[in-house]
Amino acid sequence: MSTNTPVEATVDRRAPLIKRLPVISHFNKSVGLQRGMLVTGLVLTGIFLLTALFAPLIAPYGYSQLSDAAGSFPAQQAPGGKHLLGTTVGGYDVFSRVVWGSQTAVLVIVAAVVLSIFAGVILGLVSGYLGGWLDRVLVVIADAIYAFPSLLVAIVMAIVISGGQSSLFGGVLAAAISITVVFIPQYFRVIRAETIRLKAEPFVESAKVVGASNIRIMSRHIYKNATRTLPLIFTLNASEAILTLAGLGFLGFGIEPSSAAEWGFDLKQALADTTSGIWWTGVFPGLAIVWTVLGLTLVGESINDLNDPRLRGRRKAASGAGGPDSTAAAQAAPQAESRVL
Amino acid sequence: MTTLIEAPPSDADGLLPSKKKTGGGGLGQYMIIRFLLIIPTIFILVTMVFFLMRITGDPITAALGGRLPPDQLQERIHAAGYDRPVFVQYFEYLAQLVTGNFGTTLSDNRRVVEMLATYGSATLELTVNALIVALLVGIPLGMVAAHRRDHAPDAVLRVFAILCYATPVFFAGLLLKLTFSVWLGWLPVAGRARTSSELALTGLQAPTGIYWLDAVRSGNMAALGDVMAHAVLPAVALGLLTAGIFLRLVRTNVIGTLGRDYIEAGRSRGVSEYRLVTKHAFKPALIPIITVMGLQIAVLLGGAVLTETTFEWKGLGYQLVNYLTARDFVAVQGIVVLLAVIVAVTNFIVDIVAALIDPRVRY
Repeated sequence: MSTNTPVEATVDRRAPLIKRLPVISHFNKSVGLQRGMLVTGLVLTGIFLLTALFAPLIAPYGYSQLSDAAGSFPAQQAPGGKHLLGTTVGGYDVFSRVVWGSQTAVLVIVAAVVLSIFAGVILGLVSGYLGGWLDRVLVVIADAIYAFPSLLVAIVMAIVISGGQSSLFGGVLAAAISITVVFIPQYFRVIRAETIRLKAEPFVESAKVVGASNIRIMSRHIYKNATRTLPLIFTLNASEAILTLAGLGFLGFGIEPSSAAEWGFDLKQALADTTSGIWWTGVFPGLAIVWTVLGLTLVGESINDLNDPRLRGRRKAASGAGGPDSTAAAQAAPQAESRVL
Repeated sequence: MTTLIEAPPSDADGLLPSKKKTGGGGLGQYMIIRFLLIIPTIFILVTMVFFLMRITGDPITAALGGRLPPDQLQERIHAAGYDRPVFVQYFEYLAQLVTGNFGTTLSDNRRVVEMLATYGSATLELTVNALIVALLVGIPLGMVAAHRRDHAPDAVLRVFAILCYATPVFFAGLLLKLTFSVWLGWLPVAGRARTSSELALTGLQAPTGIYWLDAVRSGNMAALGDVMAHAVLPAVALGLLTAGIFLRLVRTNVIGTLGRDYIEAGRSRGVSEYRLVTKHAFKPALIPIITVMGLQIAVLLGGAVLTETTFEWKGLGYQLVNYLTARDFVAVQGIVVLLAVIVAVTNFIVDIVAALIDPRVRY
């Protein structure tokens, strides 16, 4: 899975470091906790990715399958027997839909995050490096979108793009683009801030003296330095993308049930069942969402703490002054976090 | 994240050129510039929503298409002026907004301003309740986590905070409903009040629309109890989402201040550990908490859409989804404009409060 490569790479590089840390006394407990969080996150995320990858093998039925050789599936059957996690009102097999839902989730996350990194990085580089009125306009627009409830932006985009319904590919793409619009301002801010900082560095100046063009400076010298923090924001955003997708599905602006399995939509359908005490249609898709978001968040957080020497330093020296952290990552992290659905 | 959040985000971009030029402008100038920045924010959101909605077609076809014969449809479109160039309509819409005229909804033919007032009060009640839950849960638990740092309570509370974040509001709501309404039968499943109390409360003279306030004013204790019982589950579902964020924020910032010298000085003077955490270390940690509280308003409003749908709480979010499904763009634009104003004004207030507390913010 392409989603996991940066995560795994960073973690693998860090793993020996964790082991080298002294495992004694008080501090060792926090490391133990830290490592526990990281390992838990990696395991949860790994299972999620494997489920998505092997969904056709794991799921006993198709996501929109209503009958097999033995006849139609019963409606609202309690978990057990032929249907491991029961069936829904419409007669879908809950277990199969939960499993297939992971595939939809991975597709949407990858599409959304790749699209928004692409757009956000380019806009951020250009805006930060060139400055001037273009920069001002882009910042004001990004701030306006950023300040607004992200789910509402995604809903409006979903309606504009798809009219609320479409095929698997169209649905995934529409959901991804809706989420992208929410994320672009975040990447834009981070990259722009880094670009402005880097612009004043001597190596940019020397590149200018040598006669490098603006495009070359942006695409070579600044780009490589400004995008160091992206893997971290990626993991944080991936979990937010899942929540946004589920929110869209829950409100009925997501992917159609016949074109793909989507957890948020299943929860929407399950809401009516709760009053009659039917819990299995809602609890399992919901747990799948919590599982995935929890895994991604744990990985993202651990990387954030272990990756950033400043955070690591402060963690050790608890008595440190604790001034505002000026790295883009440190700024992006709480921002991304405060933007829960 | 384990980071101190000090400056409000709007300052991070260096968008406020106030101090650089004048050198000594002070709070007054900062407030004026910050206030003027509200206008572009609202303007951009209004513009975006207007054009995005128009890409999908004119409001009449969207709302009534398929239900009317084409020639009648054309007549209605012409009568409403939707066949004119889109920029003419845009400027007309802006002119209407400035005079406070939001138009009439297409699907249920109500004045948008009235619709906003009716449902806005319900959303206000929900978000305030949720904020109270979030603060009551987040702040004390955050202090406990900071005090017992790296011990078992801290670990448990940190996992709790992440779980709060990882659980979508509607799933939390579904679990709460299942447990407390269906299985235990303690609390009502959905809605804002029983029909009888609702009738009694809306029949009042000049109702505020905030049910518990109306119940207290009219001295209707039965209705008050009913309203409170209905309010618990939505407030908890939405509040827990934010409680996790407050918990971590308080924890991080109190840990930061607990390490300062004056805390050590207080401890050596014999100030109790409880007082050190809740007073000495907590107060300086308040600034970032207030800032983030402002940012949380946008989160709460977004979460309100999901919570209201989960609990059939008839507020702005619930109506927004209904109007979106009915493709009633006039109503949708009205709601979005109101939310944009609320978010922009809240951010303004937060920035001002932060500047009042901490002069460094103004640079």
